[in-house]
Amino acid sequence: MSKLDLNKVTVVYPPPTRDSDEVHALQDIDLSIEGNDFVVALGASGCGKTTLLNVMAGFIQPTGGNVLLDSKPIKGPGADRGVVFQQHALLPWLNVMDNTSFGLMLQKKGSEERKEVASKYLGLVGLEEFLNHFPYQLSGGMRQRVGLARALTSDPAILLMDEPLGALDALTREIMQELVLDIWNETKKMVFFITHSVDEAIFMATRLIVMSPRPGRIIKSYNLDFNQRFFKNRDARRVKSLPEFIETRQEVLNIIHSDEIRIDQG
Amino acid sequence: MSLINSLKETSFDYISKVFGRGPVKPGESYGAPGVGNSMGISVFTSIALIFLWWLVTNMGWIQPLFLPTPESVLKKFVEIWTEEFGGATLLTHTKASLFRVFSAFFLACVTAIPIGIAMGVNRIFRGVFDPPIEFYRPIPPLGYLPLTIIWLGIEDTQKITLIYLAVFAPMALNARSGVRSVTIEQIQMAYSLGATRAQVIWHVILKGAMPEILTGMRIGIGFGWTTLVAAEMVAAEAGIGHMVLSAAEFLVTDVVIMGIIVIGAIAYMFDLLMRYVERKVVPWKGKM
Repeated sequence: MSKLDLNKVTVVYPPPTRDSDEVHALQDIDLSIEGNDFVVALGASGCGKTTLLNVMAGFIQPTGGNVLLDSKPIKGPGADRGVVFQQHALLPWLNVMDNTSFGLMLQKKGSEERKEVASKYLGLVGLEEFLNHFPYQLSGGMRQRVGLARALTSDPAILLMDEPLGALDALTREIMQELVLDIWNETKKMVFFITHSVDEAIFMATRLIVMSPRPGRIIKSYNLDFNQRFFKNRDARRVKSLPEFIETRQEVLNIIHSDEIRIDQG
Repeated sequence: MSLINSLKETSFDYISKVFGRGPVKPGESYGAPGVGNSMGISVFTSIALIFLWWLVTNMGWIQPLFLPTPESVLKKFVEIWTEEFGGATLLTHTKASLFRVFSAFFLACVTAIPIGIAMGVNRIFRGVFDPPIEFYRPIPPLGYLPLTIIWLGIEDTQKITLIYLAVFAPMALNARSGVRSVTIEQIQMAYSLGATRAQVIWHVILKGAMPEILTGMRIGIGFGWTTLVAAEMVAAEAGIGHMVLSAAEFLVTDVVIMGIIVIGAIAYMFDLLMRYVERKVVPWKGKM
């Protein structure tokens, strides 16, 4: 069982202009993700969610603290951490099959194995009929499905998802939430998922962390089980209208709101 | 009467078929300006221009010295195809010109594109190549033509070098900006799947830069044709530019016009070819 540990992670960016101060994107973040945690980071833009994900992915080296995956420090990006991007980041010159097996191609796997593995995950996201389509021939939801299948092909220990559903319409978004949960349930992977939709966060998370900007830090953490209720009754809308769900949402919104007032008052 | 009416109707149908913009898709009436098919209009414009040319020359409104008739230009084309003019036949002139332009184009492709890519992905390459390219780029080739003659003489080497320099800058700069068109997410995606830096450059950046590399090639060859005539007007033995210039010295206007049309036609055909290649190589261009 894998484990991702963040100890006192701090990221400071240099001042953007000459007169301004340096930016504390993240300050003293302690977080540990293990087993099949589904951790959702929620917060207003600028609260450091994406910086946090970039640190885990290895795109950014923290200025302070350390990040350990299975007790080994993260030195840079690698195939043991799969990333799903907000803007799908597909390569327009490759068809669905080749986009999905792109990572396997980079690892110089044989074409038989590439096809087999990619087909497996494309089946999981429901795209087995579209192997020869090109990204520009797909809808937004389908592009995200390809991005998800691609991240799964290298069998990463953790899936890092940076607002993967943010660019989708409301209906597609609901379908994709269920798809992501089902895949998580099936593959038993750790997930770190960013969103700014409160409903999405509460519905999907086993652990919800609420973040606040300037400096970016975790102000509240919840353990939730609404996704388990969804697996029982397969009715997402009913889960989302449960009294506890609405209560939790109210509470989370209150926290975010009072935090905004604090920030506005400087 | 009904026959005339139906004839009127069919001819109206025909006109709207050729000149109309094609079926209007829902929502397009208030869509982007300029959508629709323009092929019919272009063909009509071309025919109208040639007709106008034919009319003003055959009616004697313009003297043949200034503008010869289309027929005489066509006749000259057939005549010079086999008979020598300005020291060579039209075929030899054309071959000489094509050799120069395409040698320069080929040399530019194998040097400018890699250098442009290197400038995009490497700070040292950018630092080294940026000043010389940006310095000579805005100077018209005619400005440094005398210098190339002093250095290289008047053989093909000099002419190819001149054309090469004109083609090089737009190709290199387009390849460089093509590198910039790759998104940071695409690059991070490749790294997160375990790519090495070389793999990122080869599999993501180079392919992602293809649309702009091809645009650079189109712009580059355009500069090539422009510079060709200038290069051939100074001390050449063959070449369409040379043919046009020697015809002008003797006021053989029909050969001048014929030469211009030949260059224009070849350049246009090559551009059509490049557009075809573009559709085949980068079918996603403008769609994502």
